[in-house]
This record gives sequence, C-alpha cells and structure tokens, in this order.
Amino acid sequence: MQALTTRSKVAVNKKMTFVERLYIPAILGGLRITLNHFFKKKVTISYPEEKREFAPVFRGQHVLKRDENGAERCTACGLCAVACPAEAITMVAAERKPGEENLYREEKYASVYEINMLRCIFCGLCEEACPKEAIFLTDRMVDTDYVRNNFIYGKDKLVEPMDKDKRIDVSKRETTETREFKTHPGYAHNKLYTKSLK
Amino acid sequence: MPKVTIDGIEIEVPEGTTILNAARMIGGKIVPPAMCYYSKLKTTGGYCRTCLVKVVQGSAKDPRPMPKLMVSCSTTVQDGMVVQNITSPEVMEARRGVVEFLLINHPLDCPICDQAGECKLQDLGYEHGLEKTRYEYKRRTFEMEDIGDKIKLHMNRCILCYRCVKVAEQLTDKRVHGVMNRGDVAEISTYIHNAIDNDFSGNMIDVCPVGALTDKTFRFKSRVWYTKPMDAHRDCKKCCGKVVLWMKDQEVLRVSARMDQNNEAIEWICNECRFEKKKLEDWVVEKPTHIERQSVISQNHYEKLEQLKLGKFTDHKMIDKPEPKLRP
Repeated sequence: MQALTTRSKVAVNKKMTFVERLYIPAILGGLRITLNHFFKKKVTISYPEEKREFAPVFRGQHVLKRDENGAERCTACGLCAVACPAEAITMVAAERKPGEENLYREEKYASVYEINMLRCIFCGLCEEACPKEAIFLTDRMVDTDYVRNNFIYGKDKLVEPMDKDKRIDVSKRETTETREFKTHPGYAHNKLYTKSLK
Repeated sequence: MPKVTIDGIEIEVPEGTTILNAARMIGGKIVPPAMCYYSKLKTTGGYCRTCLVKVVQGSAKDPRPMPKLMVSCSTTVQDGMVVQNITSPEVMEARRGVVEFLLINHPLDCPICDQAGECKLQDLGYEHGLEKTRYEYKRRTFEMEDIGDKIKLHMNRCILCYRCVKVAEQLTDKRVHGVMNRGDVAEISTYIHNAIDNDFSGNMIDVCPVGALTDKTFRFKSRVWYTKPMDAHRDCKKCCGKVVLWMKDQEVLRVSARMDQNNEAIEWICNECRFEKKKLEDWVVEKPTHIERQSVISQNHYEKLEQLKLGKFTDHKMIDKPEPKLRP
C-alpha cells in the first residue's frame, strides 16, 4: 500500500545513547525552534481593529439595493426565494400606494423580506436570479449573536441606508453583462415604464 | 373521414376539423401553441398567428403545397393533407418572428405580474423568443383603468387575443366591455367606466393568456409557485362548482376554473365561486391538482404527500410496507 505521507517515520525501539539521555540537547533544540518563530511573519491578525482583504468574489451578508433616487429596487417577485437552495428567503408582497413612488420603484414591493442567515449558505444564487438588481452579496460578515431569532434578518438590516454616502458599494459584484444591460437603449424595459403613465 | 399527417404522424379526424384540433387529438410536442384560439368559445382564433404551420400537401386530390404558412386554428383538414409543424424550420422561424412581434409592446414586467409562472406568453417567449429585444422605441402604454373591484385590467400587457371579448359575448347576458379604438391604440375597455359585474365575467381571467386580466382578490397575495393547487367542488346553483383552489397552508388565496391539457377551462365557473368563497369550509377538497413537471408551479409540490394529508390513499404502495427481499 502507498504511504499516506512521505514524512512518516518508523518507530524504532532502540536504546538511547548517553547524549540523548542527558535530555538538555533535546530541550535546547526545542527552544531553538520556538525562538525561530519569534522572527517569522505572524499568521494571525488582531481581527476587529485589523481586517483581512477579501477576494473580489467573496460572498458575505446580503444587501437590498435602492436605485439612484432612493427607491427600493426589490419588487417581491420571489425569484430569489425560488432559486434559494437552502430556502432561507421569505417575503410578503404589498401594493404601492399613491405618494410612495419615492420609496418603492414599482407598483409592487416587499413589505416583509427575511433571510435566515443560519440557513443561508451564501451561494449567491439569489443575486443571480434577481431580475431587478436588487439583492447583492457584499464583503461584510454576518455578525455573531447569542439568540437564533436574531439571525433572521428583516428589511431593517438588509435594505441599504437612504443616505447617498452610506450606500453599499456592489460595483465589484456587477458582471459586465449587467453593466451593458444598464447602458443599452434597447433594454428600455429595465427602466421604469410606468413613469409615462403618470 | 379525412386522413391527415402532422409531422409524420397520421390521424383520421372528422370532417371539418381544423389542423390545430387534429394536432391536439394526437397530442404531445407537435401541438402548435395558440394564444387566441379557445375551443370552448366560438369564433375565436386567427388573431395571434402563433399557430402557423406549413402545409406541404394540400390534399390527396391536389397535392400542391399551400403557398404560405397557414394558421392551423382556422384551416380545416382535407383528406391526404400533409402538415409540418416542429419539423419545419420555416415554421419555427416564423413563430419566432411572431413571438417577437407579440413582445414588442409587452412591458415585460413579469416580476410584478400575478400571471408570471402560468403565463402562456412567458412559455412562448422562453421556447421561441430571443433573449434580447431589438426594439428601441417607446412601448405602447395606456392609462390604468379601473374596471371594477374584482378584476384588474393591465392594458399594457394585453396582446389583443379577443378571448375575453368572446367570453363577454357568449357567457354573460349583458356585455359591458370590448375592444375600443383601432390599430396601435386598440384597447380592451368598458364603455364609460362601467364596472364588470356579470355572473360569469370572472372567466375572462382564466381565458386571458397573459396577465392583462387578473384576479383583484389575489393581487400580489402570493406568487403562483408558492401556492398549492387543489381540486375542489361545492354545490353551486349557478355553475358546476368544480374549481381549483390555490392554497397557502389552510388559506384559499385564489379560485379558478379547472384547466385541461391545452390550458383551456373545462367548465366555466361563476363569480360567486371565484371571488366570494375564500374559506376552506365552503369547499370539499378532492385531490391535489396535477401540474406538469416542467412548470415552475410544480416546485416543492408533492402530490402524493398532499394526498396522504387528505387521508386519501390512492397509491397503496406508499403506505404498505416494502416487501421483504428474498435472499438468493
């Protein structure tokens, strides 16, 4: 049979020599290894103060985007929930009332949108399924907590702030196709067609 | 009785049958899609052009091919006729073109449309259409019109198939809606903001192939694929009372007529059944409605499990213990 590792040594029950029995050379050898590590590069970081750089494809906590006017993009179409392999997403749709045009982009919106962060496997399929570019996975980590209920993230935690400076940047997550989709005049149905109704 | 060959399959049909109906008798993939023809309504068909087929041999007597693609819903068969549907690249190309035309003015607001998931235009677009649109101009838009508290009209989504107009003509005693204007500005409307409140007017929701006419009592309640369809019935004086309940847990979200394999209502139901009986106590639930595997509605639907819940063990293999395997 092939050995699992090349570093294995066969244990031999031979008698130790006098020098080995002295014990001190072995201890000194051990101390040398320890001392060597003082001068090596540290592998740990002091986390909350210092953060590691994430890969551009990192998928962390979700964000529900707003459009450039601050209206929520999500229309509660349910495609993210149907794409979700962990069934972590639930939502309740509601109809937009007159006067709420600045809050919600289209005539339907999600009045309740919940992601169970304990169920979520951060696969990013919701993001891929979304036809409205509303949900994105960001490079933020999901906070720890002691209570299970607190991991069910509602709209209060998912929707990005209205304030333009506090918006969450997801430009890294946008594919070249989505960027092209946004600029092409032929894809007018991506824009708000109901505007002409008003 | 004339014999007709459709995509290489021969069938004998009664005199006066249309090609579409002959294809439906054969069934399967060779049935041309139809957006406007509705076998339960008279004088429908001939508007949408999605059912175009190629007639390569007119009849046994005159074997010349027909010069153009024919609409199968209103072309009757003749003895010895040879028809090509999915085997003809010309037909598929023409159908792609028709779908593109149908989608020119369609707003593509599927994410907010209640019909999404059971929309025939969606299926058609998925099957034949292009992923991208070539149309760069402003889409045809209409002012939102209120046609009563039960039915929601979204004129932007309409493909002008005239099915709902035929429902109004043939099922209701007093017709209050129809098609106004002509050409590009033609629209389904009621005359001077009349509310539609005939007893059978709700059937126009079922016949509508797109989301132009939807149930207002179901509006934005749930996406179709999160509801569970159940066959149910009740004693109704006005109609047959046989319906499909679209349920979420124990809640009845929507009531609709039962559909056959061509997505046509088997029997019409009245507005009382459709809009007012939204409690489970009103109905006798029979069994889960069968949904094709390809449909998004079949997502997370376990028909046998639902039958077990109802206490109807139609499939005895499920509850019987498996037979012990004999060792060789």
